[in-house]
Amino acid sequence: MILDSLLPILIVVALALLVVGAARRISLWRAGQPAEVNIVGGLMAIPRRYLVDLHHVVERDKYMSNTHVATGGGFVLSLALIILVHLFGFESKILAWALLAATALMFTGAVFVYKRRQDPPSRLSKGPWMRLPKSLLVFATTFFIVTLPAAGILPEAFGGWVLAIILLAGIVYGLGEMLFGMTWGGPMKHAFAGALHLAFHRRSERFGGGRSTGLKPVDLNADTLGVEKPTDFKWNQLLGFDACVQCGRCEAMCPAFAAGQPLNPKKLIQDMVVGLAGGSDAKYAGSPYPGRDVGNANGGPTMTITDGLVDPETLWSCTTCRACVEECPMMIEHVDAIVDMRRFLTMEKGNTPNKGAETLENLIATDNPNGFDPGSRMNWAADQNLSTMADVQETDVLFWVSDGAFDMRSQRILRAFVKLMKAAKVDFAVLGDEERDSGDVARRLGDDATFQSLAKRNIEVLNKYKFKRIVTTDPHAFHCLKNEYKDFGGDYEVLHHTTFINELVKEGTLKLDQFKGGTVTYHDPCYLGRYNGEYDSPRELLAALGIELAEMERSGFRSRCCGGGGGAPITDIPGERRIADMRIEDAKETGAELVAVGCQQCTAMLEGVVEPRPEVKDIAEIVAETLVEEVH
Amino acid sequence: MPHNVKVVSLVSIGQHPKSGRARRGEQDGRAVELGLKLAGESLQMVHAGDDSEEALRSYLGMGLKGMTVLKQPTTGDAIPALAEYLSDNRPDIVLTGVRAESGEASGMTPFMLAEKLGWPLVTRIADIGKIENGEAEILQALPRGQRRAIKVRLPFVASVDLAADAARQSAFGPARRATIDGADAANVEDSVRTSWEEAPARKRPKRLKVVKAKTAADRFKAATAKSSGDGGKVLKKESAQEKAKAVFDLLVEEGVLR
Repeated sequence: MILDSLLPILIVVALALLVVGAARRISLWRAGQPAEVNIVGGLMAIPRRYLVDLHHVVERDKYMSNTHVATGGGFVLSLALIILVHLFGFESKILAWALLAATALMFTGAVFVYKRRQDPPSRLSKGPWMRLPKSLLVFATTFFIVTLPAAGILPEAFGGWVLAIILLAGIVYGLGEMLFGMTWGGPMKHAFAGALHLAFHRRSERFGGGRSTGLKPVDLNADTLGVEKPTDFKWNQLLGFDACVQCGRCEAMCPAFAAGQPLNPKKLIQDMVVGLAGGSDAKYAGSPYPGRDVGNANGGPTMTITDGLVDPETLWSCTTCRACVEECPMMIEHVDAIVDMRRFLTMEKGNTPNKGAETLENLIATDNPNGFDPGSRMNWAADQNLSTMADVQETDVLFWVSDGAFDMRSQRILRAFVKLMKAAKVDFAVLGDEERDSGDVARRLGDDATFQSLAKRNIEVLNKYKFKRIVTTDPHAFHCLKNEYKDFGGDYEVLHHTTFINELVKEGTLKLDQFKGGTVTYHDPCYLGRYNGEYDSPRELLAALGIELAEMERSGFRSRCCGGGGGAPITDIPGERRIADMRIEDAKETGAELVAVGCQQCTAMLEGVVEPRPEVKDIAEIVAETLVEEVH
Repeated sequence: MPHNVKVVSLVSIGQHPKSGRARRGEQDGRAVELGLKLAGESLQMVHAGDDSEEALRSYLGMGLKGMTVLKQPTTGDAIPALAEYLSDNRPDIVLTGVRAESGEASGMTPFMLAEKLGWPLVTRIADIGKIENGEAEILQALPRGQRRAIKVRLPFVASVDLAADAARQSAFGPARRATIDGADAANVEDSVRTSWEEAPARKRPKRLKVVKAKTAADRFKAATAKSSGDGGKVLKKESAQEKAKAVFDLLVEEGVLR
């Protein structure tokens, strides 16, 4: 029969095309900047990273995780067995039966993919992705039928030439989609790029339950600072973009997208793919950047990204809340890419929008973003009688005050926290005027030079003194001190104040009354939760006050940003709604009368929402109110 | 749109009013901004002083490939060096700030340079518009947002007011890569200044304002009232027509309407 002689040839041709396409695709990635990876170790780690780490994320959507296991597992198994049975012609009934089982498994999965695609949610991309379930079904079905004779179920020459031609067409179509498409830009590209992306991920610490959220430092002596063109990305970042499956989970979580600002993380990653491969975004079949038409973006590996591929406003809309990264089943690093491109705009072009330039200038001239006298950093504590490190030289707890020192609302949080530390008789001191902005805003605005300068000077001051740990009420400073100062020689034990207070309460050094008040909900700050994994301490602490939290739908690792991160209030890109308003809506839905927060930026953003709205208080303030003060 | 004119912007080392740190001067930055608007990349930027001063980089970050520093010791007098440089280079327009933020900060530099060069001086300009047939249309800034349009023959010296367009953001990368050419220049000691004694300014006691107002509205008025300038009329009882006429006349007088 003609099928028997054609089949091996077709498989060989498809595999050859796969290899050629792979080589071509790899060369596109290798156009990026060099990055150190462990090639053998990375490749060996793929199965574990796929089955454990990635599956852990995919599993948040049970339907899809089961579907994917059946389809993907079935396909990989089928392909291996197809090569054995139909290419090398191993005559083994067991292999043939196994192949039948594999294709049946794949078929079952594909049916569910097909069902999902009947009425797909808006976050899913359409276009070629709508064809994929059919391709999967065709592939599984044809190879199932073609394998029947080998399993001895049907005679060798079953059917007629009509069936043979139909099967042939199915094989060509199936192999075309699954093997040719895999390395030539079809939807199956995600399997090839995704597997390698897992192997050579830029933040391999994220696998095995680890966390890696600190931004990577810029080499300030480089010829171009930041990313101007796609080839300025590290090669494994380019590879990461190519792994995108366009599932749009990032889009569904992105606060800027929901606010109608011109950012859609999925579209951004697809634009990066357009950039690395060259061409236009005309074939993109997902949601656009809100308010922007699809089809006008053009790019190429050596073309300036912000010249026609991505509008700078898109990059400045991001609040760096990391909701997209947390949600991405392919573990793509959107925020890294956005900040890389911002770095170019700020450090090479001098184009930070709105108040960005002023803020950066202030940070350079006064070490605080609002240009206050650096000598007035301690004015907030004029009546607090705090010891400074310069006086005591050594202490248990170094209280990092942060720029909240200059803001009257934040000062209330600082005072509340000081009251608690004094009540618990904590041995603590502050840096006073020796403290500087942590550099958080400068870094998120792309000015790594100013960040590095602030970080180095802060580290120099910190290293002069002896202390056991640093405690701060500002999650942004917390993140910088804990995760981003390491690159510059500052390695400290840093605690957020909620963690620290919780410790004090557990030890019994703080005597607290029960909270008297209405319903309370808790807003997880991005830089405390997603960036540093601290979801429990604030909740334990509130529970210790007898508060039963009315959790918002978006809480914990899925908490919605308040809109205050990443310098977003400074660059202030217009949208249809304000992110803070949406967040207060979330809180209102729980019926809460009080929103507990753990961040002065969140406090400012949420309190900026017009009333009537729930009250907003930092956890330090709530705890301080319930403090039982001993009278002597 | 850059014109085909030779522009030199003179810059000094600024000083932040709160931290006292060296920075890009507010007015000098505007002089560079205006220079870039007029001459684009061919703008020449000149400073007389120390060529290793880091704050100079913040001017370079505005997009210039390099600048010239006429090397001077701290006790040097900048005027002879600048005058020599300018008469050798013969630019069409010299832009300066109104007054430096550090050092002597007398605001005399543009005057003395104009005198030495024998060129006209236009003080406190907000913008330079068309440059045609050797004549520049200048918008001079007057108090309270008023502007005066004047025409001046090239070459001239102009001091740039805070009313001019703010300086663009300084970018770190270009600032670091730009070159600073240290040039030897006339070195005259500022003997007058060296004989001075400098001391930090003392805060003078302020006369307390006695607010006689009884109501909050009065206090608000007292706090927000503007000092009444010369001229001007207060029309209260007149008819709407008379009031409109008065406004119209003023606009014609000020050249807003023609």
